[in-house]
Amino acid sequence: MKIKKNIALSDSGFVFDPATGDSFTTNPIGLEIIKMLKDGKNSQEIKTTILKKYLTDEATFEKDNYDFLNMLAKHRLTEDHEKEKN
Amino acid sequence: MTTKKLQYERPVIQKLNTGVMNKFGTKTEYNPVTHIDNNSVKDLVEKFGSPLFVISEKTIRDTYHNANRAFKNRYPKVQFAWSYKTNYVNAVCNVFHQEGSWAEVVSGFEYKKALQNGVPGNKIIFNGPDKSEDELILAINNDSLIHIDHLDELYLIKEIANESKKRPRVAIRVNMDTGIYPMWDRFGFNYENGQAWDAINKIMLNDKMDLVGLHSHIGTFMLAPSAYGIAAAKLSDLALAIKKKYKKNIQYIDMGGGFASKNTLKGSYLQGVDTSPTFDQFAEAITTSILNAGFTETELPLLVLETGRALIDDAGYLLGTVISNKRLSDGRRATIMDFGVNILFTSFWYDHKISPAQEFGQHTEDAVLYGPLCMNIDVIRENITLPPLMRNDHVVVHTVGAYNMTQWMQFISLRPAIVMIDTKNEAHIIRKRETLSSIEGDEVMPKHLKDFKL
Repeated sequence: MKIKKNIALSDSGFVFDPATGDSFTTNPIGLEIIKMLKDGKNSQEIKTTILKKYLTDEATFEKDNYDFLNMLAKHRLTEDHEKEKN
Repeated sequence: MTTKKLQYERPVIQKLNTGVMNKFGTKTEYNPVTHIDNNSVKDLVEKFGSPLFVISEKTIRDTYHNANRAFKNRYPKVQFAWSYKTNYVNAVCNVFHQEGSWAEVVSGFEYKKALQNGVPGNKIIFNGPDKSEDELILAINNDSLIHIDHLDELYLIKEIANESKKRPRVAIRVNMDTGIYPMWDRFGFNYENGQAWDAINKIMLNDKMDLVGLHSHIGTFMLAPSAYGIAAAKLSDLALAIKKKYKKNIQYIDMGGGFASKNTLKGSYLQGVDTSPTFDQFAEAITTSILNAGFTETELPLLVLETGRALIDDAGYLLGTVISNKRLSDGRRATIMDFGVNILFTSFWYDHKISPAQEFGQHTEDAVLYGPLCMNIDVIRENITLPPLMRNDHVVVHTVGAYNMTQWMQFISLRPAIVMIDTKNEAHIIRKRETLSSIEGDEVMPKHLKDFKL
């Protein structure tokens, strides 16, 4: 999954989509994932980073990340959200 | 060297809707409640299981003292009678009896429960439309206060009294227009059309029973203290009319129950804590009406109160655990809890306040809270703002002490345990978690259905 290139992020978790004018707020771990997506990291790399840094297990993160990525697509923050759906 | 890992929180992203009113309200409810009366929620769940009802004895006693003070500061003779139907777990009843409450019951089952708890027969008020002949005989023999609901009951008591050596002590329930909607006219005798006065005359002209009281119960979850003022004035009017015609003082006026608790009714924009009247407001309306009605000081009747919900609701908590999180088709978060409408009956009426039982960050999500039942109606909160809950996280549902532990249903799953935390913060189990045998114990299998082959 690729995040739109023009999405603006602030360190406090504010997310802005200049194409639509929509604003979002995300928590610190959500912000980290979005940043990693922006940097072109793949799912495995993101998972490894999070599991190394946070007190959680693989299954929990997989479920949560699946939901989070779906929400990014639903909010049209991904370049390929249409493709992802198919 | 190992680095200490950070606390994990589920990643969330929420769209900001500027300029549009938040339909979920302005107040979020995500301050964690990790302890109840110094007992950690986590420990309680580990020890007694989840879901779990928890009752704070301290809160019951504090609330009772507050209500008692509000009325006794304004009126010389006040008596509370614990409304069994609101919560008839014996340990709960006995806290109220220890504080001095009589018992107010509405069935033979509740009547026997009060007797078994040790309440003297003459301190049991027997209300309700369904009292069998055997139950009435028992109540008459025990000198209980029988509140007559309809003429059939009055005539049945007359018949029993003719055969009995005991004089039944009776009151009539009076319904009336107090300016509130809906008007409860299905119980008792109507004031405005003269039925109540007719019933009073029938009793007063009978030499086998004593009319000792007048009773009303104008509604439930009442938010208007002034309606109680009107009811008290009308009952006082009847008492004074009896005094005038029969030269007899009525011993007590029973204002029933119905005071609202701090819960928030569904559809209400403002929170219940901000809108529910205080005991002082109810007490002021009621006592002012009676004191101004025209009784002399010695004639003032005892004021009986059958307050249930407002005395116990705050003392009850329901602890629960997250089973799963999922996403609905419209993008809303859905969280499935391990407690449903079968044990939290009041979630049909209230938007219960629900708090997470562990610390969280500042981010929240709008969610729907579902129960565990495989039934579409099992919705605890249609919308609520909570931090990102994870599987096995705990929550605390507040203000559940009234009606849930009596109206709960054994449906699909078994009913949970109830724990009471005493005034020294020690937790006691007061009702065990149900088992299969609790339910199947009363079932009978016909012989021809015992065996089958598949």
